[in-house]
Amino acid sequence: MRGFDRRSFLRGALSGAAVTLGLPLLDGFLNVNGTALASGAPLPLRFGTWFWGCGMNPGRWNPKQTGTGYDLGPELQPIADVQQHVSVLSGFNVNLDGRPNHPHRTGVTGTLSGSAPPKPHDVPAPSLDILISDELGAATRFRSLELTCTGSAKHSYSRRAQNVINASEASPLALYTRIFGPGFQDPNAADFVPDPRVMLRQSVISAVKDDRTRLERELGAHDRQRLDDYLTSLRQLERQLELQLSAPPPLEACLPPDAPAEGKGDSEVGHAQETHDLMAKLLVMALACDQTRVFNMLFSYGASDLHLPGSQTGHHQLTHEEQVDAELGYQPRASYFIDRSMEAWASFVDAMASFPEGDGTLLDHSLVMAHSETSFAKIHDVLGLPIMFAGRAGGRMVSGTHVAGGGDPVTRVGLTVQQAMGLSVDRWGSGSMQTNRSISELFA
Amino acid sequence: MIPRTLAVFAVCFVLWACRPTEEPPSVGGPTAMRRLTGDQYKQAVSDVFGDDIVVAGRFAPDARRKGLVAVGSTWGTMTPASFEQFESMALSIAAQVVGETHRSRLVECQPASSTQPDDECAGRFLRRVGRQLFRRPLTDEEVQARVEIAANSTRSAGDFHAGLEFALASLLMSPDFLFRIERSEADPLETGRMRLTSETVASRLSYFLWNASPDEQLMAAAENGRLLSVEGLGEQVDRMLESPRVAEGMRAFFADVFSFDEFEDVSKDTILYPAFSRKLVEDSQEQTLRVIIDHLIDQRGDYRDLFTTRKSFMTRTLGLVYGVPVATREGWEPFEFSEGSQRSGLHTHVSFMTLHSHPGRSSPTLRGVFLREAILCQEVPAAPADVNFTIVQDTDNPEFKTARARLDAHSTDPTCANCHRIMDPIGLGLDTFDAIGRYRKLENGVPIDTSGDVSGEAFSDTRDLGQVLHDHPAVSACLVEKLYRYGVGRDTVMSERHLLRYLEDRFEDSGYRLHALLRLITLSEAFRTTSGARSVEKDLGQET
Repeated sequence: MRGFDRRSFLRGALSGAAVTLGLPLLDGFLNVNGTALASGAPLPLRFGTWFWGCGMNPGRWNPKQTGTGYDLGPELQPIADVQQHVSVLSGFNVNLDGRPNHPHRTGVTGTLSGSAPPKPHDVPAPSLDILISDELGAATRFRSLELTCTGSAKHSYSRRAQNVINASEASPLALYTRIFGPGFQDPNAADFVPDPRVMLRQSVISAVKDDRTRLERELGAHDRQRLDDYLTSLRQLERQLELQLSAPPPLEACLPPDAPAEGKGDSEVGHAQETHDLMAKLLVMALACDQTRVFNMLFSYGASDLHLPGSQTGHHQLTHEEQVDAELGYQPRASYFIDRSMEAWASFVDAMASFPEGDGTLLDHSLVMAHSETSFAKIHDVLGLPIMFAGRAGGRMVSGTHVAGGGDPVTRVGLTVQQAMGLSVDRWGSGSMQTNRSISELFA
Repeated sequence: MIPRTLAVFAVCFVLWACRPTEEPPSVGGPTAMRRLTGDQYKQAVSDVFGDDIVVAGRFAPDARRKGLVAVGSTWGTMTPASFEQFESMALSIAAQVVGETHRSRLVECQPASSTQPDDECAGRFLRRVGRQLFRRPLTDEEVQARVEIAANSTRSAGDFHAGLEFALASLLMSPDFLFRIERSEADPLETGRMRLTSETVASRLSYFLWNASPDEQLMAAAENGRLLSVEGLGEQVDRMLESPRVAEGMRAFFADVFSFDEFEDVSKDTILYPAFSRKLVEDSQEQTLRVIIDHLIDQRGDYRDLFTTRKSFMTRTLGLVYGVPVATREGWEPFEFSEGSQRSGLHTHVSFMTLHSHPGRSSPTLRGVFLREAILCQEVPAAPADVNFTIVQDTDNPEFKTARARLDAHSTDPTCANCHRIMDPIGLGLDTFDAIGRYRKLENGVPIDTSGDVSGEAFSDTRDLGQVLHDHPAVSACLVEKLYRYGVGRDTVMSERHLLRYLEDRFEDSGYRLHALLRLITLSEAFRTTSGARSVEKDLGQET
């Protein structure tokens, strides 16, 4: 099969008809080891975050044994079936360095930016996904995709700065249209015909770029910075158009899906799960079709308002208001939502792990970091934050192990992520959170 | 200028309660570059091309700063995802405008050949439309760049109008359209002073009063320089204030102050609140805005009376929640609540009660924060992290049946008490309204006590709370401050405190008439004075 050209195969097989086939993996598309495309380019490496709100109960969530085959406490039971793909990182802290602990803010900003925010909405440094999409995002149509399962586009932790926030897609249907609607080029299409309009759109962008250059001279520093963000966005679109002018390399695993059902768009827990599964399915295909290599999925937001139908009180309110049950030793109604969140996470891992790509699965070529804004939400605790990794980052990472951080700064996790994704960085974080120690146990 | 400031300040200091009758001098604040909101974008497209042009796309959410999107929009930037949307909207709008259905009305000239470039015709169209979209005349260079796009695209597509489509799209994607960019110049009348250019004054006026781009008359006054004279400005302000479009402008202002955009994210538990629907959400906002516009604009009423008025408007959907009969099957009818009704004043509207509640129950705290921040302009500090909320609103706890009882218990903790003393008493005055604003007397079988106080002024029930708000000096001062911030697109600066005081006094003299206040602000020297381009400054803090 070597030397066999996929396009001629398709042309021969389908005579150019618009039919999508689930083709078996043809060795000709991959190198002999199955780790790279025939063109020599390695299979793309992806990074994503998966967030759930209001943390966990440390005694019921943290494994007691470290290393592989770690024990699953009651709140990690839902991941039993995917445990081999999931590493647990317990006991990593956000250090406040004298700053206040801003409820539902400090934990997530500390984890993603490497500093505790002085004020609640401060973004001291770009979030991890931005650092990574700066490195990986230029190769794909979308720098990154932000998704939320509870309806509000405003919910997003993907932040370059306090006023540069990547809004989330809240609707599965809108997400589908954005990825697979107009502008999508099937990498496996039999014929590649560049759209003549793309070049005209490029000329439009070039004129608009000149407007921006003229304008820049008239503005003060505050607005020049904002205009720089405009330019960054414009360049991203320019890059997308450029990609559309050449035939994309074939990607065996890419099979454009049908339009999904619309999500309910609210925070009732059953609806959030439905939306999550619809979004996850689309995301998996967007990754397989190499439309993006970076994503941020919010199952729920910080101070999660997930709730049950007919209930007056949602997850966040319950974490504060529900009495700790004297017999059980935890808050049963609040903890219900932790279980549902872990189930959703397990289904997400499964969706990526059961999607074949190359010699393994999509998850093998990815690194996904699941995290939350607190450990014990009742007191907004940012010590011992719950964090999990899934995926082997193209063979660079091991999976299925438990690392106990022992109170180390959470920046060790962020530094590990960056190094796993190939960024040349040896130090990250600020104040007492600055670290040059990535988590060596996690590297293969 | 400096001596004048000092003199006014010194005299006021001595006389303490002095009321300047002349506008105190001000150096203004920096100019603003505001990202168009979704509504403003749609309005601009409709004003230039007509309302049959469909604007289909998603706008990035707007963030509030200092309680206003109008201020937050001077921080808003462009993310890749939103620019992607703007490009696709621009192409779709442009295709409609030059398409066969609309071109005879919207494109003023015919090309010499329908398949060849025609620079003269393209230039004419692009220069006219560009001036409307950029809110200023285009430079020759800017027109030329577009004419070239049109010509090149025409050659490539073999169709004049297809070429024009791309040139038009480039106007709609330009930062000059997507941002409202204010410009300043040296004031020839006073050395060292900066003023807004006439085109910037036109834009500020028009977005402030109408929430829209300047119309032809205003553009003309800006371009011939008449707008820079006191008389010329007065003519335009009077004309604009008499126009029915002021209603649109003030709807936009109040919707911003009241955070009505946040309704997009409101959901209620449909088992507990089966009457909750998107229609209820829409009607409730419309009801509040109708009451405001009717009272302030149509009746030219006293602003403070909004907190005591029993006059309203109803639809059948609203009638179900308010528990009143509505004869009109479709649409609106005027309605007046009976004397003695607890439904007196804006603050008892379903819109506010719904927006400031949890999905499953009311929230005196959220309502208190809203009234403090949006109506009284008082800042409420954020909650500390290590709070023990165990008792608060554990609605199943047999010991604490009402929100008041639960919050009282919570407030025994001194850390909590400090803030809850500010937020709760005022919000508890509204607790007879549930999470969608239905009236109730009991919670868990126990009568709800709605007495409380606002900064020491006691009230016994919701109606009484309205009277306290009506008489509270901070309520009218807050409107002045918000309206001024909204108009200039920034937080007020220290040097403007005398100006605000002056505006408050004149507002009082007018009998608290909105028209008088709008006129005062737009004719003030401060409104057209600036300290110049904006340098890097500390973020005010986004509110979401």
